[in-house]
Amino acid sequence: MAKISKEEVLHVARLARLELGDDEIVRLQEQLSDILQAVSRVSELDLSDVPPTAHPLDVQNAWAEDVPHESLSADEAFANAPDRHDDHFRVPPA
Amino acid sequence: MTAVDTFTLTAEEAKRLLEAGEVSGAELYQAYLAAIGERDPELHAYLHVCDSPAAEGIPIAIKDVISTKGVPTTAGSKILEHYVPVFDATVTARCKAHGLVLLGKTNTDEFAMGSSTENSAYGPTHNPWDPTRVPGGSGGGSAAAVTAGLAPWALGSDTGGSIKQPSALCGNVGLRPTYGTVSRYGVVAFASSLDQVGPVAKNVRDCALLYSVIAGRDDNDLTTVEVPEVELPTAQDLAGVRVGVPRELNDAEGIEPGVRDAVQRAIRLAESLGAEVDECSLPRSVEYGLACYYLIAPAEASSNLARYDGVRYGLREQGADFRAMVMKTRDAGLGDEPKRRIMLGTYALSSGYYDAYYGTAQKVRTVIKREHDAAFERFDVLLSPTSPTVAFPLGAKVGDPLAMYLNDLLTIPSCMAGLPGLNIPCGLSEGLPVGLQLVGAQFSENTLFRVGHALEGALGFDAVPTRFRR
Repeated sequence: MAKISKEEVLHVARLARLELGDDEIVRLQEQLSDILQAVSRVSELDLSDVPPTAHPLDVQNAWAEDVPHESLSADEAFANAPDRHDDHFRVPPA
Repeated sequence: MTAVDTFTLTAEEAKRLLEAGEVSGAELYQAYLAAIGERDPELHAYLHVCDSPAAEGIPIAIKDVISTKGVPTTAGSKILEHYVPVFDATVTARCKAHGLVLLGKTNTDEFAMGSSTENSAYGPTHNPWDPTRVPGGSGGGSAAAVTAGLAPWALGSDTGGSIKQPSALCGNVGLRPTYGTVSRYGVVAFASSLDQVGPVAKNVRDCALLYSVIAGRDDNDLTTVEVPEVELPTAQDLAGVRVGVPRELNDAEGIEPGVRDAVQRAIRLAESLGAEVDECSLPRSVEYGLACYYLIAPAEASSNLARYDGVRYGLREQGADFRAMVMKTRDAGLGDEPKRRIMLGTYALSSGYYDAYYGTAQKVRTVIKREHDAAFERFDVLLSPTSPTVAFPLGAKVGDPLAMYLNDLLTIPSCMAGLPGLNIPCGLSEGLPVGLQLVGAQFSENTLFRVGHALEGALGFDAVPTRFRR
């Protein structure tokens, strides 16, 4: 597998909303290439008739009763907010 | 008052002392606070120590990825440095309902991502057997606290080995329960199809006792199911128990000779206790398990960690616009390992790569599950080392993520299949504990407790670190 490019690292970082420093970009280019090389061995197996597993238990849908129950107060919900404005989270303009 | 030796006191014995009035809850709590004051400056097992002078019950330590109302919960990350939960995780609430009293929050690799606790943003935990070595991870804080007598027992969380591996490296008993038996509500999410909370204890009976406190269906986590009633183990023999020894888990490259010897001794003891022991094979589970894990877990992590955006809680850095604020916040608040896994997971899920990486890994997960299902038609438990090595020196693997990931080679396959796994200490190699891994079929915790308890008795491991013995 070819080493992933600096452009790919930047593209993925943008998707993941990570602002990376120049040194981080260089390091991640190396490390991600090595890790992807190691994990790409999953493609060696013949998996044509194998279904995927998303959940390890053999369970069907679980349903909760749709009834009101106690929930957090506004003050509790905002207790950890970095910037509260009345009952809103204030953020910089988009 | 009965003098309390926190190195050796089990939770079961603490309960007896409390009920008999031989020690008060406050005296018990103070004994642990004193031990923490004495030894935690060296070990750094705790990120936060509580002070509950009116404590009445048995104390417990809780890993810092588990929400505790009114008590800081950082997940070992700077991005949650000042985060104080406004509600308890279900497991925390169940501990409190059983009268357990919180001693403090234990150190962890950031977001439980790591195998040495060196990825904690607050500095590593040190191994009580040798403070120049790692305690394992991610739950090194809980494991070190129990071994060093800084808590009678603790809660950990396990995604690919974060309970079992630190218990192995610190020489105590840790259970990763069957997926779905313990609620994840209020637990900081890493990889949701793998994350499980479980107990860390001094012996198998305490481990079973704490599991019985936290296990069971929870309406706030609809992946949980009803759980068989927990049986505290009493049997000293293994008559009729079928023990499988998977070749690939016992002969894997990198298993130290001293680890192999200690596990071989445990296998002979199992036979002498009446177990039927035979070899078996999990060829693809071991060969492809690590690769499968390091695609699925980072993919899920990249999604779960998207919530750290500086809006609702946690760190916020200033930015000219919303996007810049989010990106600067995540850059400043997340450490190298979470960033690496977010990048890896985002890549594996991105357009054009999804089928080749994440989709393929999910199919490999089926292969791993089927191999284990077949093994459990012949065996009640599978036995192997928990970790290929004993505790390694701090700093030895920090610069090499792939070498660090190999620590979990033997714990990961069963995690992918949702299976329960128990670590018990089975001896020393070069003066450091060796862990024995017992893996069972889904919901077979009682079998693991029975086998673990009988072996524990026969092994006679002295869980007090040599340098603390008097």
